[in-house]
Amino acid sequence: MLEISITISFIFLSIGLVMATIRLLRGPTLPDRVVALEVIASMTVGFIVLYSISYGVPALIDVALVLALTSFLTAVAFARYLERGAQLNDD
Amino acid sequence: MMIEIATSVLLLLGAFLMLLSGIGIIRMPDLLTRMHATSKAGALGIGLMACGYMVFYSADTSLVVRALAMVVFVLVTAPIAAHVLARAGYFVGIELWEGTIKDVIKERYDLKTRRLGSAPKRRDDEDTY
Repeated sequence: MLEISITISFIFLSIGLVMATIRLLRGPTLPDRVVALEVIASMTVGFIVLYSISYGVPALIDVALVLALTSFLTAVAFARYLERGAQLNDD
Repeated sequence: MMIEIATSVLLLLGAFLMLLSGIGIIRMPDLLTRMHATSKAGALGIGLMACGYMVFYSADTSLVVRALAMVVFVLVTAPIAAHVLARAGYFVGIELWEGTIKDVIKERYDLKTRRLGSAPKRRDDEDTY
């Protein structure tokens, strides 16, 4: 029961990660890429939580906590960089 | 047994919301609609998966407290991050989707000073919206 649902959750997260990576590579403007990076960070937090349940390593929640914190700081820093006049298209 | 079922349900729901945010970020037409998908599903997905973690390790109080702190932190900061990014994107001048019916703040925002003014004066020949 739990093993099957953990496997399905891993599959869901992997598909979502692939889609976010496609948007990161394609994304026409810089803000799109920033949003895709934030989604990738939150999916990585989900991966860490899943891993710590399925392999019985409960201490990994600290890693997830710190990653969630840094992803928020990244979003704020990128927003300030954008507001101070970044180039919208890098191609 | 109950713990296993509750953990499975919470994990599956969280992972499904993350999958939805992945679909949304690739299918939606412009930045603001994409953020509509990603911020909601990101915060709720992380929250539900951490709740599954809490149920699974509910015997150990310190782990539950740490997971709870993560849930609270994510729920508080996700709207802030989304707002800041959307605001920066709007100022940088992203293109809105061509099906956008009304951009309400376009005529109220002064893009030079970046302040939100009041609504422009209604003309007599204009219908109310």
